[in-house]
Amino acid sequence: MNGFAIVWSERALMLSGLANTVVLSLLGTLASLLLGALLTPVLVSRRRAPAFVALRFVDLMRCTPFLLLAYIVYYGLPSIGLRFDNWGAGLFALVLYNSAYMAEILRGAWMAQPREPIEAGLAFGYSGLRLFRRIVLPPLLLAAGPVIGNQTIQIIKDSAFLTIIALPELTHAASSIQSRRYIPFAAFIVAVFLYWGLCLLVEAAVAFGKRLAEARQ
Amino acid sequence: MSVADLSTANTAQDPSAPPPLAATRPVLSIAGLVKRFGAHTVLDGIDLQVERGETVCLLGPSGSGKSTLLRCINWLEVPDAGRVLLEGETIGVSTGGVVMGDGQLSRMRTRIGMVFQHFALWPHLTVLQNVMEAPVHVQRRSVDEVREEARALLERVGLSAKHDAFPAHLSGGQKQRVGIARALAMKPSLMLFDEPTSALDPELVGEVLTVMRDLARDGLTMVVVTHEMSFARDVADRVVFMDAGAIVETGAPEEFFGAPRTERARQFLLRYSNGAATPGETR
Repeated sequence: MNGFAIVWSERALMLSGLANTVVLSLLGTLASLLLGALLTPVLVSRRRAPAFVALRFVDLMRCTPFLLLAYIVYYGLPSIGLRFDNWGAGLFALVLYNSAYMAEILRGAWMAQPREPIEAGLAFGYSGLRLFRRIVLPPLLLAAGPVIGNQTIQIIKDSAFLTIIALPELTHAASSIQSRRYIPFAAFIVAVFLYWGLCLLVEAAVAFGKRLAEARQ
Repeated sequence: MSVADLSTANTAQDPSAPPPLAATRPVLSIAGLVKRFGAHTVLDGIDLQVERGETVCLLGPSGSGKSTLLRCINWLEVPDAGRVLLEGETIGVSTGGVVMGDGQLSRMRTRIGMVFQHFALWPHLTVLQNVMEAPVHVQRRSVDEVREEARALLERVGLSAKHDAFPAHLSGGQKQRVGIARALAMKPSLMLFDEPTSALDPELVGEVLTVMRDLARDGLTMVVVTHEMSFARDVADRVVFMDAGAIVETGAPEEFFGAPRTERARQFLLRYSNGAATPGETR
């Protein structure tokens, strides 16, 4: 039997892996973006202590291999009493890691924004979270759209590491098929093309965001 | 002044807006205001009162502290000493002398409209959305009511055709007229103009000044930092001349421009009449 035919015969497993990858990446991206956005004002804050802590956190995450972080969350944290199932551990690691990147991306976009529209927000009675949500954040998201898209692709790819904590995502499905049926080439190449398809969707979303941004330039 | 004019809704003449007691008080009262940036004293004890319906133009050379004074009024700059009272209420400091919480300060700021030198429109929103944004999301007024008013205001500043345009696609003069409509939509008791024409190409200055002239005529209470001497001369009820962080001279425009009392004011006016103006001044 041809390798690809075998993959076809295992399509239910492959598709459920794909679905899990989509769910993981989607939740991971949205939660990272949300937490990253909440972290951004702390990064640019003039209050030294919180800004220092946030900056160190971002630094640490950016210098940690994701695989190691996933190991720590799944195998390490239980030894200090924090126990997750594999979905919980996978999502937690993905979000912890990528919210640091998202915060850094948004911080960079913030630095490039003019100060006056934010001042106008203050002068018109905005403050706190409402100022951030209505006035500060939308231009940041528009400006940083393509970079956020890149990071989303990174998240999709990082989710493949979670096979090591037995999360049944796409890479896990492909490797399970190849180990039972001895078709590494076909199983993995199909997985690669499926990842590619997901990235094309992200790129379409980025293109849409770009049109929104360009209309405002 | 036409009674049917929309501006009446935005000024003190609206009988429903201010409590009767406030009508007798100055809209703005500044006492002993001091602002320092590091070792540099930018404002050195400013006292100023602005009555309801009055248009006051702040004049003075670059670096004299005009813009800083304006920004201290709504606490975009936090003064180091002194008090700012809006309709008798202290801004920024609660009773007992503690600094106001963000929420309370924000509520007071909604009563002060501000027009910025570089427009400061919100780039992600259309013209109409810019005007509607704060009335809907800060003042929590009904969207339908605000939309009606926003349309009327945009018509008033001559921008009916630009509702759905984004700020980036407007000329400087159009942007500033949106900026004015956006501030008026809050129905403020006081309007601050921070060099509203300084960033404009010369041929666009007129359209903005025309709108401001109408507002002054309709009785809006305005404090205007400007380098447009002819505007100050024609429109101001009172001119305040500042130099080196202090008010040097104040008076009716015909007195100030006709017979300045101080040497510094004379020098200043001389420089402007010689065409050495600095219209592109930034803070």
